[in-house]
Amino acid sequence: MTKCTEDNKPIMVGDRTIPPPDARYITISIMGQPYEVPETLTILKAMEFVGYQFTRGCGCRGGICGACGTFYRIEGDHALQTGLACQTVVEPGMILAQVPFFPSNRASELDLETKMPADQQIATMYPEIFRCVGCGTCTRTCPMDIDVMGYIAHFKRGDIMGGAENSFDCIMCGLCAARCPANISQFNVAMTARRIASARLTPKSECTAARAEQVRSGRYEPMLAELCEMSKEDLKTLYVEREREPDLAKPGEWMPEDQTKL
Amino acid sequence: MSDKPARIPYYPGCTMKTKALGFERSAMDCAEIIGFEMDELKDWNCCGASYPLTKDNLMGLTAPTNILVEAERRCQKEEVDPNLITLCVFCYNTLKRTEYAFGQDKKKLETVNAFLDRKYEGSIRVVHYLEYLRDVIGFDNLAKMIKTDMSKYKVAPYYGCLLLKPQKEIGLDDPEDPVILHNFLDALGCKVVDFPAQVDCCGSYLVMREPKKVSKLSYDILADANEYGAETLVTACPLCQSNLDQSQSDKVQFADLDGMPVLYFTQLLAVAFGLDTKTHKLEEHNIDPRPLFEANGSDSESK
Repeated sequence: MTKCTEDNKPIMVGDRTIPPPDARYITISIMGQPYEVPETLTILKAMEFVGYQFTRGCGCRGGICGACGTFYRIEGDHALQTGLACQTVVEPGMILAQVPFFPSNRASELDLETKMPADQQIATMYPEIFRCVGCGTCTRTCPMDIDVMGYIAHFKRGDIMGGAENSFDCIMCGLCAARCPANISQFNVAMTARRIASARLTPKSECTAARAEQVRSGRYEPMLAELCEMSKEDLKTLYVEREREPDLAKPGEWMPEDQTKL
Repeated sequence: MSDKPARIPYYPGCTMKTKALGFERSAMDCAEIIGFEMDELKDWNCCGASYPLTKDNLMGLTAPTNILVEAERRCQKEEVDPNLITLCVFCYNTLKRTEYAFGQDKKKLETVNAFLDRKYEGSIRVVHYLEYLRDVIGFDNLAKMIKTDMSKYKVAPYYGCLLLKPQKEIGLDDPEDPVILHNFLDALGCKVVDFPAQVDCCGSYLVMREPKKVSKLSYDILADANEYGAETLVTACPLCQSNLDQSQSDKVQFADLDGMPVLYFTQLLAVAFGLDTKTHKLEEHNIDPRPLFEANGSDSESK
């Protein structure tokens, strides 16, 4: 539903966009058409404000899922800018369009059992990384400020772990791939590398495997059943009075007095 | 030459971290003995490996510029001479020619800077390790540091192409009658075997598509060196090393030639210094050079 403010501008109220009553209106352009929208809105909300509905090109609205990566320009400025539509606040003169999806190359099968060295595996799955001319457009594009060219450089020289670590903050928005002159889908290469790094290059934790085995063996089933039988009050008491590891205890040194449940 | 050990920004390039580990490690170990430190750039990308063949292809200069600007920042921050040392001659060639291109044409630098959104001022001088030994350390000083009697070794200096050509842009030595590796080997005290094929092409990347042709080219070079009495060959180029060394598996082509080890010049320098060569990957060479050193009584293993 819509209602009118004092200066007769319609605003949408309801579950999404509630601009402050005294919000100033600014002019932006969406796909070539001028619109007036209240300042303080994000790109995503501004576009919804004027009537666009998104089923693609939007997601968590919290700046972490990477679905709403977007390009924009400000009128009069040559620079193509990038951001997440759910995090970037609209400015006067913004030229907008939402990118629903960008075609990218994702190698279909990832064999984590292979004996092939990790760097060769990446090179075989994504040989296009060697087309990189080092222009750095990807790094300048990344809305998460990741050195994309840098991690591709790591893969090229066989340092899969280094590239996996340096790409860790990637939210898979794909804007790097949209701009790459060498047609590399950097974010997919990085995801594959992180999978290889964690499955094949990271030392296995023996205690985690042992604990998983304990869980599978059914050791904790009776304890869980016992908890399920308890009254809400007893459960609260048990929780509040539980033994807790002191905040500054040295790792691996503290043990509870009651060790029967370990 | 300066008395205090210098820390020189160092650009390794991809090959030094993969196929040419022995080159890098021997070079670093030797630098420590000589008294300088190769200080690897923190962030670096591939240099592009080949310099663009068209004059207006500035895209090919973006990768080397990213490296040069990183080096420039480092030098300015640490207030050291704006040098960047390299080992791989592909990297040397690409970076050096980029340096030359920007020196000749500031407009090119401005365009690339604008594209990259970076500010490379054009101050970096790209130096090859061999060039550093010659011009800063001095081969005569190097000669005084040699611990092993190298006079037993008959070594052929093999230059290939990229260390020297194009001369106008690289300017390291005469491209057809070079002496820098000769003088280096002299300083080590080796018997230097001057041979006609020293600047012939090894076939370079042709090895990917036409390994037979590269076998033939490698054979011509090695047979020539052999004819002039060499028992080993030194080079500064990872691709020459790989082609000349690996081609010798072609038993048909090499039927009448005994295996000849092909060394990086720094691997031989390490032997001359009497260093422990265990980490220098000699065992990964197709033609194992270790028997040569053992037969000649070098005790590098025992150090």
